[in-house]
Amino acid sequence: MHRVLGDRRAIAILLGPALLVYSLIMLVPIVWSLGYSFTKGNTIDGFSGNGAANFSRLFDDPAVRDALWFTLKYAAIVTVGQVVAGYLLALLYVFFLKKSSALIRTLAFFPVVLPTVAVGLLFQKFFQVAPQTGPVNSLLNAVGLDSIDFFGSAGSAFWVLIVMDIWRSMGFYAVLLFAGLVDIPDEVLESARLDGASGLRLIRHIVLPLSLPVLMSSLIFSINGTLKVFDSVVALTNGGPGNGTTPLTLYMFQTSFTYSDYGYGSTIALLLTVVCLLVSLVVYRVSQRDITEG
Amino acid sequence: MAIDTPVKTSAGRWSRGPSGNTGPSRRARAPRRLWVKIVVTLLLVVEIYPLIWMFLTSLKSNDDYLNNSTWSLPTTWEWGNYSEAWTTGHLGLYVQNSLLAVLPALALMLLLGTAAGFALQIMVWKGRSLTLLVFLAGMMVPPQMILLPLFTVYFQAGLSGTLWPLILTYTGTGLPLTVFMMATYYRTVPRELFEAATIDGAGILRAFWTISVPLVRNALLTVGLVQFFFIWNDLLIALTFTNNQDLRTIQVGLLNFTGDFGATQYGPLFAAICINVFGTLLIYLFLNQKVMKGLTSGAVKG
Repeated sequence: MHRVLGDRRAIAILLGPALLVYSLIMLVPIVWSLGYSFTKGNTIDGFSGNGAANFSRLFDDPAVRDALWFTLKYAAIVTVGQVVAGYLLALLYVFFLKKSSALIRTLAFFPVVLPTVAVGLLFQKFFQVAPQTGPVNSLLNAVGLDSIDFFGSAGSAFWVLIVMDIWRSMGFYAVLLFAGLVDIPDEVLESARLDGASGLRLIRHIVLPLSLPVLMSSLIFSINGTLKVFDSVVALTNGGPGNGTTPLTLYMFQTSFTYSDYGYGSTIALLLTVVCLLVSLVVYRVSQRDITEG
Repeated sequence: MAIDTPVKTSAGRWSRGPSGNTGPSRRARAPRRLWVKIVVTLLLVVEIYPLIWMFLTSLKSNDDYLNNSTWSLPTTWEWGNYSEAWTTGHLGLYVQNSLLAVLPALALMLLLGTAAGFALQIMVWKGRSLTLLVFLAGMMVPPQMILLPLFTVYFQAGLSGTLWPLILTYTGTGLPLTVFMMATYYRTVPRELFEAATIDGAGILRAFWTISVPLVRNALLTVGLVQFFFIWNDLLIALTFTNNQDLRTIQVGLLNFTGDFGATQYGPLFAAICINVFGTLLIYLFLNQKVMKGLTSGAVKG
C-alpha cells in the first residue's frame, strides 16, 4: 500500500533540490565558518593559518565582553518586556474588550510588519533633540522638564532601543498569547468564579497557570530572536555612542567587514551561536520543568 | 516529538474562526469601566501616533521641519518630497532591486519548500523525521555564522556584482521555516488521497503537483506572506552582499539615505520612510488576518 508513497526516485526529485540548496547555503557554510575561526585574513587578501589565536583573543577582548553583556542584557529585558506587555494586552483583549477586540488586535499588531529600518529611523527622529526637538522631548519640555539627549549616552540610547523593540512586537505576542487564553475552557473559569475567585486572584491562580505553556513557548521564541538583534540597533544607534550599544551580532559584522578580519569575525559568530544554543537549552529545560510541575 | 504538539494545537485554535472571534464572548459581563477605554485609547495613541507624525512630517519643507513645532501641521503640503525621494534619493531603484531579489527568492523557496514538505510528510520513508530535524536546526543558527563563507563563494564565483547572492541566500535561509510550515500543513491532508490518485494511473509526482498543491494553496499564500515580510525587511544579508550602490535594496538604501543629498533633506527622508512603511501597510490592510495567523503560527515552532 505504501509502495507509491515510498517511491525513492520521487522522494529524491521532491526533496533533493531543497536539501541541496539548504546544504549549500546553510550547512556547508556553518562548517566552513568553523574552519575560518582558525585563520586570519579575508576573501580579498587571502587567508593564513592562525592556530587558536582567535580564541585566546576572544577571551581577552574587552569589546567582546561588553558586546556579550549588552546582548544578554538586551535579550533578557526585551524578552521579558515583550512577553509581559503582550500578555497584559492579551488579558485586556480577552477579559475586557471581548468581541470588540478584533479591530484593536489588528491595529496593535501592525507595527510587527513594519521594516525595522523604517521603525529605527522613525524612533531616532521621534526621540531626537537636535536639529529639531522631537515629539518626546517637546512633551518633556511641555511639562517643564529639560530635553534629554537620548542618543548622547549609552544608557539612555539602550532604553530607547528597549522601548522601540517592545513597541514593535507587543502586538505580536498579544495575538500569540490571546490564542492561548481563548483556549481556556469556560467551565474552569465559571467554577473558579463560583468558588469566589475574581479579578487578580482569578488571573493569578487560574488563568496564569493555564496559559503557562503558551507563555513558555513565547519566551523561547522571543529569546531566540532577541539574542540575534541586529537591524534595530543598526538603524537606531549603529552601535553608538562609541560602542555603547553594540551587540555581538554587530561587533561580528564590524570586525569582519569594517576591519576585514574574517577569522576573528567567524570566532565571534561561533560564540554567538554557542550562546544562542545554550540559552535556548536552558530556557527549554526550565520551561519543561515548570510545565510538568505547574 | 516535542516540536509537533504546539503547532497542532495552534492550528486547532485558529481553525475556530478566521480571526479568533469566537472566544471571549461568553466571559463575565463586567461593566465597561472607564479605565478600559483610557487604556485602549492610550494604546492606540502609542501604536498609531508615531506613524501619523511621520506622515505629516514627510509633507513638510526643511524650514518648516526645523523651525516650527514638531506637533504642527505642515504649513505647505510638500507632496514633491515623495518624487524627490523616489528619483533624487534613488528610492525607485532600491524598490526595484528589492523586488528583483525578493520575488525570485520567494518563488524558489515556496517551490522547493512545498516539494520538500510533501516528501517529508506525505511520502513514507526511513529517516524523514531526522531530515526534518536537520532543516529545523537551521532556524536556530544565527545568520552571522554563514555570511563569511558565502561572501567568499559569491566573490570567487563572480556573483558579487549581481543580485544573485541575495536571491540564493534568502532562498537558503528561508527554507527551514518554509519546509517546516508546509510539512505541518500537509499533516492535514490524508495520505489515502494520493494512494487513490496513483491507482488511477497518475504518477506520484503528478499527484503532488495537480492534487496536493491546489489543496495547500491557502497555506502557500500564508507562508509566502510571512517570508515576504522577513525578506523584504531584511537588513543583515542585504547589507553584507550589496557592496555596490546600484544594488542596494530598499532597507540598505533607506539606511544610507541621508548621504545621497548634499545636506540632510528631512522631507524626502521622511517620505522615503513612509514609502517603505506604506508598502507593507498596503499588504497588511488587505490581508491582515492572514498575516497575523501566518506570523504567529510560524512562531510556535519552538
